[in-house]
Amino acid sequence: MSDTGIGARMQRKEDHRFITGKGRYTDDINLPGQAVGYFLRSPHAHAEIKKIDTRKAEKAPGVLCVLTGEDAAADNIGGVICGWMIHSKDGSPMKAGPHPVLAQGKVRHVGDQVAVVVAHTSAQAKAAAELINVTYKVLDANVDPVASQKRGAPQVHDVASRNTVFEWELGDKAATDAAFSSAAHVTTLDLVNNRLAPNAMEPRAAIGSYDAGEDHYTLYTTSQNPHVARLVISAFVGLAPEHKLRVIAPDVGGGFGSKIFIYAEEVVCLWASRRAGGVPVKWVADRSEAFLTDANGRDHVTRAELATDANGKILGLRAKTIANMGAYLSTFASSVPTYLYATLLSGQYNIPNIYAEVDAVYTNTSPVDAYRGAGRPEATYVVERLMETAARELNMDPAELRARNFINSFPHQTPVIMCYDAGDYSASQKKAMEMIDYAGFEKRKSAAARKGKLRGIGFSNYIEACGIAPSAAVGSLGAGVGLWESAEVRVNPVGTVEILTGSHSHGQGHETTFAQLVSDRLGIPADQVAIVHGDTDKVQFGMGTYGSRSGAVGMTAISKALDKIEAKAKKVAAHVMEASESDVEFKDGSFSVKGTDKKMAFGEVALSAYVAHKFPTSEIEPGLKEGAFHDPTNFTFPAGCHICELEVDADTGVTEIVDWVAVDDFGNIINPMIVEGQVHGGIAQGVGQALTEAVVYDEGGQLLTGSYMDYCMPRADNLPSFRLDFTKTECPSNPLGIKGCGEAGAIAAPAAVMNALTSALGVKDVPMPASPQNVWNAMAHLREAAE
Amino acid sequence: MPAISMTVNGEKVCGEVEGRTLLVEFIRNNLGKTGTHVGCDTSQCGACVVHVDGKAIKSCTALAVACDGASVDTIEGLAQNGKLHPMQEAFREHHGLQCGFCTPGMIMAGIDIVKRKGKKLKEETIREELEGNICRCTGYHNIVKAIQAGAAKM
Amino acid sequence: MYEFEYHRPKKLADAVKLIKSKKEGKLMSGGMTLIPTMKQRLASPTDVIDLSGLGNFGVSVSKTKVTIKAGTTHAEVASNSDLKKAVPALAALAGMIGDPHVRHRGTLGGSVANADPAADYPAALLALNAKVVTDSRTIEADKFFKGLFETALRANEIIKQVSFDIPAKSAYSKMPNPASRYAMVGVFVADFGNKGVRVGVTGAKGSAYREKAMEKALSADFSAGAIAGLKIKADDMNADIHASAEYRAHLVGVMAKRAVGAAK
Ligand SMILES: Cc1cc2nc3c(=O)[nH]c(=O)nc-3n(C[C@H](O)[C@H](O)[C@H](O)COP(=O)(O)OP(=O)(O)OC[C@H]3O[C@@H](n4cnc5c(N)ncnc54)[C@H](O)[C@@H]3O)c2cc1C
Ligand code: FES
Ligand code: FES
Repeated sequence: MSDTGIGARMQRKEDHRFITGKGRYTDDINLPGQAVGYFLRSPHAHAEIKKIDTRKAEKAPGVLCVLTGEDAAADNIGGVICGWMIHSKDGSPMKAGPHPVLAQGKVRHVGDQVAVVVAHTSAQAKAAAELINVTYKVLDANVDPVASQKRGAPQVHDVASRNTVFEWELGDKAATDAAFSSAAHVTTLDLVNNRLAPNAMEPRAAIGSYDAGEDHYTLYTTSQNPHVARLVISAFVGLAPEHKLRVIAPDVGGGFGSKIFIYAEEVVCLWASRRAGGVPVKWVADRSEAFLTDANGRDHVTRAELATDANGKILGLRAKTIANMGAYLSTFASSVPTYLYATLLSGQYNIPNIYAEVDAVYTNTSPVDAYRGAGRPEATYVVERLMETAARELNMDPAELRARNFINSFPHQTPVIMCYDAGDYSASQKKAMEMIDYAGFEKRKSAAARKGKLRGIGFSNYIEACGIAPSAAVGSLGAGVGLWESAEVRVNPVGTVEILTGSHSHGQGHETTFAQLVSDRLGIPADQVAIVHGDTDKVQFGMGTYGSRSGAVGMTAISKALDKIEAKAKKVAAHVMEASESDVEFKDGSFSVKGTDKKMAFGEVALSAYVAHKFPTSEIEPGLKEGAFHDPTNFTFPAGCHICELEVDADTGVTEIVDWVAVDDFGNIINPMIVEGQVHGGIAQGVGQALTEAVVYDEGGQLLTGSYMDYCMPRADNLPSFRLDFTKTECPSNPLGIKGCGEAGAIAAPAAVMNALTSALGVKDVPMPASPQNVWNAMAHLREAAE
Repeated sequence: MPAISMTVNGEKVCGEVEGRTLLVEFIRNNLGKTGTHVGCDTSQCGACVVHVDGKAIKSCTALAVACDGASVDTIEGLAQNGKLHPMQEAFREHHGLQCGFCTPGMIMAGIDIVKRKGKKLKEETIREELEGNICRCTGYHNIVKAIQAGAAKM
Repeated sequence: MYEFEYHRPKKLADAVKLIKSKKEGKLMSGGMTLIPTMKQRLASPTDVIDLSGLGNFGVSVSKTKVTIKAGTTHAEVASNSDLKKAVPALAALAGMIGDPHVRHRGTLGGSVANADPAADYPAALLALNAKVVTDSRTIEADKFFKGLFETALRANEIIKQVSFDIPAKSAYSKMPNPASRYAMVGVFVADFGNKGVRVGVTGAKGSAYREKAMEKALSADFSAGAIAGLKIKADDMNADIHASAEYRAHLVGVMAKRAVGAAK
């Protein structure tokens, strides 16, 4: 292994600019003459807009224009869309209400954008916005997803009666019901998967710039997938055709899903720039705005059941979930509680019968869409909480119950679409149990009890499906786009390489790992490789980064393009060295002719390809540049075992995580340092979900967690150091054998924490987040017993 | 508008600001030093941490006028003659950053911890001292390691 | 933020004159509360009078008495070596306020004047029977904290310093709000020997208050056991998403016991 090849713990190439303050995020970009856009937002969760009077605001100092939903309609600016069609059980298509870029007729959640003021300075725009007079007729708000389907609940959208977007199902109901009726034991859990705010530390931002001379638009935006943004803004919003719109996503300060989506503000900045005569319009969300408008994650209410026989063999699993979509269907919202969720309900286990029902509902809250893990954390939470609870009810060791039910031959077709291709679930569980000294737990528990602490241990044996592909498969399930990835490899005449990728890096370290792949393949140092991404003018097309897909899908595209580069370079080398192509070998960065000492370095061949003196250009085109599109043949299936140990202070309800081991199987690993970092970050977000975070609305739809004063972000002192290790089964569906690691921690962690916590307290459930108050409430039985 | 002057990363700078101009706005907009970030509006995230007269503060919660005459250090001033500060070096070596957005504040906070608590830092101390710095990417694991290692080399 | 005029007087007398002459002037000390409030447009002063130029900071500790000037930062209070010996509990309390960056700017005077129901200092001031000295008079802590963000300060009155007698032993125990890290409940216990025990509580109600039943029990027997059976009423306790009134009432008991156990 070279210092910069596959498997090397190479330091990140992108770090230099970040640690010296030279990162270039959207808010760091200022265009000449730029104005500021400020959004006037609804203070009400649900109201009719009777009248908007912008006259005073238009005359305020520094104001260039004030735009409302009426202006958008007049200019034929379409709404933002949801790109995944889901059909209900009865075959009817989902009921998607309109999502205008500025509210038309009605506001549907606190923070809904009502008007935009464009002014020379931010202070002027804010001052002018205070002069806009909006007359509202306030309506009752529908906030509780469970109550939203009841008759008489306030209707969020006319198209969706009983606020129901769809009633979807997956699996064989009759067979599953039959399995349950023959079961020796049924475990039932009512679970709430709490709503989370993604909270990338860089708030969303956009700069729209219209060039009247060229009739061309440029958008700088905090996006995980600039090409998809361009596609949606062109094809659905209808603002400009794709060749007239350039979308640039420069350095992006974290995304976790929330920057996949196409948001109204991006569209409005572009359109407002045109309306303001071509003055660039910049908008930067402050954190309070982010809390009101970024798409949230999770928010499921589920009844889950597990049927087992007398020996703990699983017979079936049933889940009924109500998924809160918020006030509008965000870009991929409908796919999250359906195909990204119920298809993973088999977990790591051989479950012959599964049936899931999901009702998606509208409420007067901000939209909910994919957030790190997207559907898969919710699935793992259901499966792993059920497993642990069932083990307790059956008086079995939870590790043993799992081991009895592990899938151990591959490929394995689950009853819920997925066909797992490779894995070794007992290997990861075994290793994790050794690492945490599972056998020694009882001793540690007694020692903790002597200090007045309640100690618990909990497992989470998660599985995820990454890559979100193949295109034909996702298409048949309702996806509006194919989910392949593209890559272009440009070899310069001096032998340095530029990789153009449709993936986007916003913390994942692609500039390093992608370069490692090239270094490994071409035998050149990684610092001779540049990764170009995030600009629709440079990269032809791509689907972006989410679903832990950039490695398995994006890097495979690069690998395919590299195959073509190698093939062509071989041809060139053969001519230059006057040998037959079949005698030319490529190894460690040089081409040699078998049985001779003739040799050319990769860079020399590159130069020859451009000079084009020594080969017939009628047969071989000059130059060295290749592209590839890769559409995978299957999802990838990372899996692993996380074990959490924690202690609860019985007096205060404070929970402290005292140990954490994670044994993950990500297939082959390109850069272990980066992969470990992804796991750490994922676990932290999962622990955040379990212990600290929740988006809370009051009954009237006002957001109670609108800042870090009330939304509890995990901080350094909420978390332990994590102990990680890996097992490996190579992924058969891509040539690199890699699976994806970006979401694993967030998927695994909540169940591990809550299994440990419920074991410590001896209760069936504690609502997430298990804040000190919620834990203290859950201990009422212990206090009563003591009295 | 009040005219102010201060020393930023060792250089004398001056400018005209409004009373309400925040130090972070002055640094980013007037001086064009965009390494100092803004991640919240309630003074909690620490993306904006700079040193004023040698002490770490949140530049989103200080008026630029109030820093008239002060000496300010930002992330851009740490590397000297092309040589990284040991704390910067440690963040890279220990993968203490992912998206990089919290990083300038983390590094400035890390250096401030060393100034107050010395070069030998316990993990627990670092975790406590990072109360005012939020990172969403790293889970803090590698940030803690980086600060510990960077401190030892300062 | 709305625009305002900024002033940075060098003398207290000038500050007093300035604040009295302005239509809607606002004093600023560390700005850690005032600036966020102005950013949210919840305060819109015409003039801001920055007190940081007065040089009014420092901790002085005599044999029996401590005086802390209003402009002393939380960091200075936390690290003052004389105070750490005389009243370690107060230094520790200052070290628990906010985070290191906030402690570098935020001041005792600002915190006391602001009287946030979840602020830490008010519990200490009550328990230590402190005197708040302003530009025009001296106010006892018992009469100072009047209610939610409400103090006995008159409009335009400036706090100069806070002073109190050194207790035999004391401790502060804080249960932070998980999100904001302000006190969800904080209890400061000060044992003045034969002058009795005082217990200041913050975070639990609209304003910091003294838990008199505890004081009585502890004055008789300064031990955690002495207050173990004491029921704290939840009736007028704060309730929010982080802590119900019952939970807060419970925490007052727990924090008090911990403080008593830790007092030195
Ligand atoms: C992230 C964060 C976390 C925090 N956590 C905590 C915490 O855990 N516990 C806690 O107690 N506090 C906390 N605080 C508040 C902090 O302690 C503030 O420093 C304090 O409340 C105000 O002090 P200041 O000097 O900054 O005052 P300023 O913000 O300058 O002023 C506050 C108010 O007091 C008035 N004022 C200031 N000085 C005087 C004076 N001398 N005389 C009369 N009036 C005056 C001002 O007019 C203003 O109304 C936190 C703040 C932040 C930003
Ligand atoms: S931007 Fe200063 S603390 Fe968040
Ligand atoms: S590295 Fe992204 S927020 Fe810390």
